Amino acid sequence: MIEVINLSKHYGDKKAVNNISFRAEDGEVLGFLGPNGAGKSTTMNILTGYISCTSGKALIDGVDILEEPVKAKKNIGYLPEIPPLYLDMTVKEYLYFIYDLKKCKLPRISHLQDICSLVKIDHVYNRLIKNLSKGYKQRVGLAQALVGNPKVLILDEPTVGLDPKQIIEIRTLIRKLGKNHTVILSSHILSEVQAVCDRIVVINEGRVVANDTEENLSHKLTGDNKFVCRIDGKKDAVMREIQKIDGVDKVYCDAEHKDNICEYRIEAAEGKEIRYELFRRMAENGSTILELKSAEMNLEDIFLKLTMGEQIPALEEKYEEADD
Amino acid sequence: MGAVFRREVRSYFTSPIGYIFIAAFFAYAGLMFSMDSLASGYTKLDSLFSSLLTIIIVLIPVLTMRTISEEKRTRTDQCLLTAPVSLGAIVTGKFFAAFLVYAVGVSITAVMAVVVSVYGDPDWNVIVGNIVALLLVGGAFIAIGIFCSSFTENQVVAAVISFIALIGVSFLSSIGGILPSLDEGHWYTKVIEGLRTALEKTSFGERYLSFTYGIFNFSNVIFFISAVAAFLFLTVRVLEKRRWS
Repeated sequence: MIEVINLSKHYGDKKAVNNISFRAEDGEVLGFLGPNGAGKSTTMNILTGYISCTSGKALIDGVDILEEPVKAKKNIGYLPEIPPLYLDMTVKEYLYFIYDLKKCKLPRISHLQDICSLVKIDHVYNRLIKNLSKGYKQRVGLAQALVGNPKVLILDEPTVGLDPKQIIEIRTLIRKLGKNHTVILSSHILSEVQAVCDRIVVINEGRVVANDTEENLSHKLTGDNKFVCRIDGKKDAVMREIQKIDGVDKVYCDAEHKDNICEYRIEAAEGKEIRYELFRRMAENGSTILELKSAEMNLEDIFLKLTMGEQIPALEEKYEEADD
Repeated sequence: MGAVFRREVRSYFTSPIGYIFIAAFFAYAGLMFSMDSLASGYTKLDSLFSSLLTIIIVLIPVLTMRTISEEKRTRTDQCLLTAPVSLGAIVTGKFFAAFLVYAVGVSITAVMAVVVSVYGDPDWNVIVGNIVALLLVGGAFIAIGIFCSSFTENQVVAAVISFIALIGVSFLSSIGGILPSLDEGHWYTKVIEGLRTALEKTSFGERYLSFTYGIFNFSNVIFFISAVAAFLFLTVRVLEKRRWS
């Protein structure tokens, strides 16, 4: 389990990480999402004891990383942004070194072999690391983090530099690891976080701007009461009819296609169900609803909204919460 | 510590640095030995040992320049500093690895002593004392070199800083020598005298050379061992400080 309490890191006047708190439970894969320079790597470096924090606490399995670093680090496997590889060693030598460095007690040969087959580097086992491709270096970095079977895995952009097939493999692997490890994974690739993580912490300019599951995030930011529909019918008449519906606050026409087909965005009052009425009225009016969907945002929209500082009410609320 | 030590030793010999260091040391020692002892038929090795101080001032920066700077540059320090090992163990591991390579270089002087003993009857006590002294002063220099390497990410900069630092600590007494001698009576005469004494007492060169005169003084042994401990400790502090800044 990882617990971060009011963590801050200042570099002079710059607040790289500003009072963030979150926790990751056992067996959870937590996605750390944010644009470049948001403070993801800094937070991870603090969690692993590479740098210290200015204030706040980071607990790894209940042990404070600053107070008992050696004990806390025993439970961490860390893959930094740039894999920390000694290029003059072979993969085998390197993993043996890491095994010794971590004072690992598991049976050496079989443990390392398991890891190598897990991340699929067995066939480059005796090659010099400097001669490996970026994808393989990344995997060796991941293997290094797995040595000693630590409870907590902290992976900073683990799929950078991999080809699409490898990305899928690594994601599957992380999912698998997530079953018996606590995993924190940072990324700015949305589909990755979506595919792998149970929960998402969105961080921007050093602050946590959201911390929830993807569905909840999407739900919170858009609510239940916005719909997008495509209707075949005279635009003005359709707009008028929609506005007559009890509970409709606003209606916009977003796009006009050919043959009177338009796309409308409808905002309803909180808690009002307007869809039945909409359907009935359109039918009576002789217009056809071609498509009706809830205007929930996908992760990409959420991300952009949260990090671009777009002025939307839901967003402002979130910022206020984060400030508190 | 063991893991770091083994990796470092291996890396000295998978890169040319270890070989270059040992070869240069052997070559210089060989040259001095043939000039001072073989050519002149002299069984004492004191002049060999005193001239070796010069070469270790030049060579030790080469040996230690990459110890920490290279880790920082390639970001491999992230692997060391996030592993369940203390900073002290990491720095000591690196120190002993460099010291081992250095000791291999120094071992050639024992061979030379054996060569001398074939032709004459050298004073073994003095020779053993000199070898111990050379190891001690080298150890202190290595600790200074590692300390200098912790300041920068650039190997060359690290080597130059250590070179200057080693020249400085070796010839502190010469700096004391150029301080003006003044008549009694001035209030600052005592200050300058005190400074001169302090510089002489902390001069690594002065303390090392006293061994080559055949004086085995335990306070000098303690001095070098303390210097090793002090500079390794300072290195740990530099690494620690970087985490906090």
